[in-house]
Amino acid sequence: MIKKNIATNELGFVFNPSTGDSFTTNQIAAQILQWMREQHDIAEIKKRLLVHYEVASSVAEKDLDDFIASLKEFNLLA
Amino acid sequence: MKENPLVIAVTGLNAIDSPGPGVAVIRAIREGIGRPVRIIGLAYENLEPGIYMDGICDKTYLISYPTAGEEKLFSTINDINTREKIDVVIPNFDAELPNFIRIEKRLLEIGVKMFIPTEEMFEARDKQKLFAFGKQVGLLVPRDKVIYQIGELSSVAEEFGYPLVVKGRFYEATVAHTLEQAQKAFYKISAKWGLPIIVQEFIQGTEINIAALGDGQGNALSIIPMRKLYITDKGKAWAGITIEDESLIEIARQFMTATKWRGGMELEIMRTAKNELYIMEINPRFPAWIYLSVGAGQNQPASLVKLALGEKVLPFLNYDAGKLFIRYSWDMIVNVSDFQQFTALGQL
Repeated sequence: MIKKNIATNELGFVFNPSTGDSFTTNQIAAQILQWMREQHDIAEIKKRLLVHYEVASSVAEKDLDDFIASLKEFNLLA
Repeated sequence: MKENPLVIAVTGLNAIDSPGPGVAVIRAIREGIGRPVRIIGLAYENLEPGIYMDGICDKTYLISYPTAGEEKLFSTINDINTREKIDVVIPNFDAELPNFIRIEKRLLEIGVKMFIPTEEMFEARDKQKLFAFGKQVGLLVPRDKVIYQIGELSSVAEEFGYPLVVKGRFYEATVAHTLEQAQKAFYKISAKWGLPIIVQEFIQGTEINIAALGDGQGNALSIIPMRKLYITDKGKAWAGITIEDESLIEIARQFMTATKWRGGMELEIMRTAKNELYIMEINPRFPAWIYLSVGAGQNQPASLVKLALGEKVLPFLNYDAGKLFIRYSWDMIVNVSDFQQFTALGQL
């Protein structure tokens, strides 16, 4: 899950206060980060993506995996 | 009844592309000292912007370069003091500090206080001895060689490989990728700052600086880490952001404990991809970005003034991460009469 000290907002701005790195995400990624903040696990986030967006299950799964890999790469996950 | 202002003299008014910290120090003091102040600027050149900026110095005097020696410095400050009754002086340049350290006691006798490192502290973090210092206190420092002749460059390059960093004793550093570039840097820097030249192993990573204030007893009263976001071609931070990272705070504490540092200082750090923290340089005075410490909630210059006056300063416990500073350039319009007065009379 996302580190507690990472700052995010609904516009998709992400700030890591440990490194000073900042990022911008699209609206869907901002929503995923919000769900992570609310302590929903990956399986639940996948389900929510399918409910909220018109997307095939396999595409949602792959996109979510890619996004999580990016979060790991940028050291944003606990 | 009107309270007499605290009279504080400050150097480093060169708010240029490679800025001195004076203007930032003065802003911080004016905002944080909580009593009336009269700021006396001490300038080395007649085009230092801080002389002419509104709301910075109440009066500025031209002083001689550090090469004129400690006697000249003492007589100048003594002379200014007879007119201004200075309470505190804050030197802001590495090169002037040895002279100020040597006249500290005499200044105190005429009522002028400072809160600066001792000669021993100043020497311990000297660029020429930094590697040995790091080894002694268990801090990572890149390998370096102190050289006096250009012919020594090739053997150092063989040992360290390229790129390598060619540094002046007090200021300036150039990253050299070939022997020719290293030789050019050697000539350029030695012509400006003299010998020796320090050749340092190049460390790749993210540049982080830490501004800190030591109480002289081994305690850090304030530590503010800042990541450089925009770096000029001279390697100076033009924008930066405060960050929170316990390992950075710890490294500054370790330094304070080892040296019992007295006064403001700056640690220049390189964080590698493996998360190693290398100390690249230790500056014995506040950095030019010190006003960010005010923005982050720890006014280091105002605290230093209180320490110089013998007042108790408690350690700051918190600061705001995610505060940015963004430097900008601004063209001032100055009347030629002001310029003439400062040039002709050495005061404005």
